[in-house]
Formats: sequence, C-alpha cells, structure tokens
Amino acid sequence: MSDAKAKSPGAVQTTGHAWDGDIQEFNNPLPSWWLWGFYATVVFALIYWVLYPAWPVGGSFTKGVLNDITFVDSDGSVKTTHWNTRALLIRDLKEGKEARLSQEYMSRVSAAGYAEILADPEMMAFTRSVAKGLFGDNCAACHGAGGQGVIGLFPNLADDAWLWGGSIEAVSTTITEGRYGFMPAFRDTFNDQQLSDVASYVLSLSGQETDATASARGEKIFQTEQGGCYYCHTHAGTGLKSQGAANLTDQIWTIADVNGTDDPASKKERVERVIRNGVQRRMPRWSERLSPDQIKLLTVYVHELGGGQ
Amino acid sequence: MIKHEHIETNAGLLIILTLVVISIGGLVEIVPLFYINDTVEKVTGVRPYTPLELRGRDIYQREGCYLCHSQMVRPFRDEWLRYGHYSLAAESQYDHPFQWGSKRTGPDLARVGGKYSNAWHVAHLINPRDVVPQSIMPNYPWLQSTDLDYSDVQERMRALQKTGVPYSQTQAEYDRNVATFGPDTADKLDILHAEENLMQQALTNDYDGQRERVTEMDALVAYLQVLGTMVDFSRYDEGYFAEFR
Repeated sequence: MSDAKAKSPGAVQTTGHAWDGDIQEFNNPLPSWWLWGFYATVVFALIYWVLYPAWPVGGSFTKGVLNDITFVDSDGSVKTTHWNTRALLIRDLKEGKEARLSQEYMSRVSAAGYAEILADPEMMAFTRSVAKGLFGDNCAACHGAGGQGVIGLFPNLADDAWLWGGSIEAVSTTITEGRYGFMPAFRDTFNDQQLSDVASYVLSLSGQETDATASARGEKIFQTEQGGCYYCHTHAGTGLKSQGAANLTDQIWTIADVNGTDDPASKKERVERVIRNGVQRRMPRWSERLSPDQIKLLTVYVHELGGGQ
Repeated sequence: MIKHEHIETNAGLLIILTLVVISIGGLVEIVPLFYINDTVEKVTGVRPYTPLELRGRDIYQREGCYLCHSQMVRPFRDEWLRYGHYSLAAESQYDHPFQWGSKRTGPDLARVGGKYSNAWHVAHLINPRDVVPQSIMPNYPWLQSTDLDYSDVQERMRALQKTGVPYSQTQAEYDRNVATFGPDTADKLDILHAEENLMQQALTNDYDGQRERVTEMDALVAYLQVLGTMVDFSRYDEGYFAEFR
C-alpha cells in the first residue's frame, strides 16, 4: 500500500495540497477492478428492474417481464403469474426439492390406516423424524421436548397414564379438538375439616398412609351426593376418560405434586389445594393450525412416546 | 456546469446537494407506500384491538418484547412449517407502530394466538424455565401482581384514532364500524365504553387465572392470544394472496 518507490511524489497526480512543506495528498484513481465492479452492479440493477417487480407507477408497480412463475393453487387450478415470493413459496411447498422428497412418504402415510403405519418400519421412521419436528414446534412448549410435561400444569405424555385415553383414536381427537380439563373448586362446598378428610381419602386410594378415621369420613363425602366426587372419578377412584378425570389409585400425580415430598402432612396439603381450587386446564385445538396429515403423524408420535393403548 | 472542486470546497453547497440526493432516495422508497393500495390484501376479519388487547400491546412495547420477538412470518418454506401462514400486509394495517421487529432471539410471535393455553402464557411469563427449560427469556413476574392501569385507555384510543385506526366516538363513526366489522366488534371499538369493555373482556376470559383482579398479565395474554388469529385462511386459496404481489 505504501510502496514509496512506486508512488513517489511526482510519479502520480497529487491534490495539490501541501502540509508542513512536504506532506502531500495523492489523487490516485480508483482501482480498475473496483470501478468495473461498480459498473457491474449498475448493469445488474438495470436487468433486475426489467425482470423483477421494481418501480412504483401510479397506484401499482412494474411487475417484471420474462420471469413468470407457474404454480398449482389450493383449488388445484394451475396459475401463472409474474415473479413474486408468494407464488414462489406455493410452488416450493408443492414442487420444491424437500417437498418432493417427503411427498412420496407423506402420500403413503396419508393413505395408510394407523395399524398399517404402526406395523411398517419405513413409515414409522418417516413419521418419527417428521413428527419430532412438529412436536418441537407445536407441542414441546407445554409438554416438554421429551413429552414429560410439567406437574401441575401440563400432562406427561411419556408415561402410560392417560387422562383422556391413550388409544390412537383418543389421542387423535385430543389433538384435533383440544381438551378442556375441568374440576370444580370445592372451597365454598367443603369446610376445612371436610377438605382435609377428602384429601386423606384420596391419598388412601393409592396406598398412601393416612389417618383411617379421617379417611373414612372423607370416603363418605367422596362416594355420596355430598361431594359427588365419584361422578367423574368413579366409585373405584379410577377416573373417567370421557371427563378427563384422573385415576386416583395409580400413584401417578399430574396436578398435586404428591410424589415430590415425603412429608405426609405436606402431601395432604397439596391434595387439599387442588380440591379447594379446582382444576382448569385447556389444551388448544389444532385442527385449524395443522393439516389432518400432520395431526396423523403427531398422533402416532405421541402414541409411541409412552404407553399408547 | 458546476465543477466538482467547486462543490467540495463549499461546505454549504455540499450540504444542500447532499440533502437533495438523499431525499430523492428517500422519496422514491417512501412516497409510493402512501398510494400503492394494490399490495394490501383484501381479507375479512382484521379489526383494531379491543381496549384490553390494546393495553396488552402497550405492555408488550413497554417491556421491549419486540427486541427479541419479531411479528413477521416471511414467505419461506421453513418459516411456513414452523410458524404457519406468512404475515399479510392487511394484518398489521391497524398497528401503529407495527411490531414486525428485526431480531429473533426468541421465536416469531405473529401466529402465537391460540397456539398455547392462557395458563401456559401465565406460567411462561412468570418464569419461562418452568415450562421451557432451555429458554433464555427473562422473568416478568410483576405482570401477574400489578393491577392494570386503564384510566387513560380512552385517550390511547383517541390518539390511535388520529392515525387512522377506526375506533368510534360519534354515532356516525359507530354506524360505519357496524357496517365494516359487525355490531359485536363495533361495540368493542367504541371509545366511550372502553373501560366497561375492557373489564368485561378481562373478567369473562380471566386470562391470568385471578378472577377477582384485572392485572397487566390479563392485558398482555389477551393481546398475545389474538395475534395472527383474525384472518381465517381456510376461506382463501393460496394463489389469492399472490395476486397482491
């Protein structure tokens, strides 16, 4: 850059300024590669203006010529339009390289019944890999990346306990329609004593150590019209899948974190809190966000996560 | 003909000519936006925010959510697969200023409405790591404990009305909204009943799970739950949107 011999004063043009007597400013021309590069961008812009949407004219704009895109619209009709990113996307989603690659498997999965998919290792491999992405984008925020859920908020999908049923049909309905898990709050129905008694009984159902007499009083409330708990949780305490009512006998706790403590009093307190405040959990419906095929893939994936029934 | 040297050695002239050149660039880029209407999609369903959603949007801006979250799904395959339908110009026509953002430290939120339950949003805003262990989003616990100040919601709506958002004050404006949006929505856009409507929406939906209070959480979740839900995309063929480009 500062090759003194090549650029000695006099060899190149200077701006004519001189500081401190002998410090001068070169007036070198721009490097030719740079200059030609600049001209090339100008030419590029001119060609771009002709081919692509560019200049505003009145209430519209120039659409570009010689650069049409042909795509298949949602209704199956073939349309041709000037180049634009939206048409490009529609074409990409239907005919792009990735789309074509998955198309073959997607159409097979789409046509196959659930039993066929589950029995076919190739279709299952495809389903796992695509549904893993779908699960990550849509389900993992609540149910966790591995489907482990969050106690008290979102059900665990990786175990074999199912609130709404673990059959393929039930899982599919849950994803398509969403669910509203509701247990009424009993804070106005039960006094503190009754709350404590019912909690004792609920804990005794899964073999937790509780006060036998309190538990007996709780049983009376649970199993009669007084509490009416058996409407949804059944007399056996095993729950009703049609209501999303939990099985209370299986030692799996999705709302009250009973297993999170060893202290019996604290266990009871946690169950009491759920009875007092009730439960309201909503899973959104996905039918508007995901296609039937995507829901199908997710159904298989979720069914496989834990113990599908 | 002015010599280049003459311009370079006259600072005043240089400034004026520089301004002229830059203005031409700006005018060419900006002016057409005011009269090109072909690019705003004609779709039904897009409406201004209700008073509660509007306050939620204010909180969204106050907390700087836009610094990490964009609200602009671009028409690319990967974004389509992850977020859903790309954003339409029509969908931000009542946004002043729009919240498109330019940085995605967190995910895009243009289609987050209805994707998660209210309870998820509440848990996530109080402590994101309770539900998404790998999240780096800060906690916003005060939203759940701060009562929403909506004393000035009417002024906020009037200010937006000045920028062209069709909130209504007069009977004529109300009637116009009934014709455009239908009676139910027109009621919610009525500035004179803003507080009432805000309270009603917050209490009916109970976004924050605290039935007896209207908190900032109510407002923010109400706003998040409406994002990207106004247009029913099943009503249109995809090619229809390409006609606006």
